[in-house]
Amino acid sequence: MLARIHVTLKPGVNDPQGLAIAGGLRQLGFAGVEGVRAGRFLEVRLDAADERAAARAVEAMCQRLLANPVIERYAYEITDGDPEAVEAAIAETVEEEA
Amino acid sequence: MKFAVVVFPGSNCEQDTRHVLADVAGQEADYVWYATAGEEALAGYDCVVLPGGFAYGDYLRVGAIAAIAPVMEAVRAHADAGGLVLGICNGFQVLLEAGLLPGAILRNRSLEFRSQWVHLRVEDARTPFTREYRPGQVLRVPIAHGDGNYFADPQTLSEIEAGGQVVFRYCEPGGAVTDAGNPNGSVNAIAGLRNRRGNVLGLMPHPERCSEPVLGGTDGLGMWRSLVSSLVEA
Repeated sequence: MLARIHVTLKPGVNDPQGLAIAGGLRQLGFAGVEGVRAGRFLEVRLDAADERAAARAVEAMCQRLLANPVIERYAYEITDGDPEAVEAAIAETVEEEA
Repeated sequence: MKFAVVVFPGSNCEQDTRHVLADVAGQEADYVWYATAGEEALAGYDCVVLPGGFAYGDYLRVGAIAAIAPVMEAVRAHADAGGLVLGICNGFQVLLEAGLLPGAILRNRSLEFRSQWVHLRVEDARTPFTREYRPGQVLRVPIAHGDGNYFADPQTLSEIEAGGQVVFRYCEPGGAVTDAGNPNGSVNAIAGLRNRRGNVLGLMPHPERCSEPVLGGTDGLGMWRSLVSSLVEA
């Protein structure tokens, strides 16, 4: 299975990185930029019996390590365990980022 | 007195810290490797110091991976038993991530790595870490961090303040707590705080870097003297 996890700062928590990125975008002329929040995106490949079991594991991972509940919130989606589909999803992400 | 200086992969102030404890304060001080497992790993030590550095390269979040390193089981057991724990800079970040102190650390407000001398006001001079200072005394101590912007949500913050857990605040040379004296944007200018029980202290500035005249300042000495005098009495 593949879990795609987004970790972002909670609303109200100051995000100096996001502010700097927003400033950079405005500098480039994107005058419509109202705000940016920076975060982390993680892909976790895992062996689990089914999606529910995977979700339980990912929930625990987020609570215990991947996010800091004092300042961050998280969201995730879990996709099929087909290894080829997982590899394709990762390749697609890499391509999008490149 | 016996001190343990915990060494994580990426710690870089462990030698300075051990040097000050052993050669300046004249105490017994050992390195303890992060992979040492078991609750008994720190048995026999009076005080455990988590030094500065960039444990695990600051990956994921500062202090996050170090906070779950094997040795932390023993650090937690030591703290739970009332033993003294001191976290300096990265060590403070590790204590926050481990939940041994409340709150969290964000990137500096300026986004800059700040390496400079700052002034700290001693808010609580009754702790085992600060008893040789005077309440309200202003110390000159260096900082060196990119992530030192202390944060706690409003409710946690009011509990910390009501409980008198703030031990050091950034201030101006005269002692006034102002935005200009705050190098990283920390909420309420918090530079260091303790747990409720008072046996765990974390701070961003580096007292070990200002405990000898040759280093340009000796205001950090009071912390080692405090620890030694409190341990002698204990």
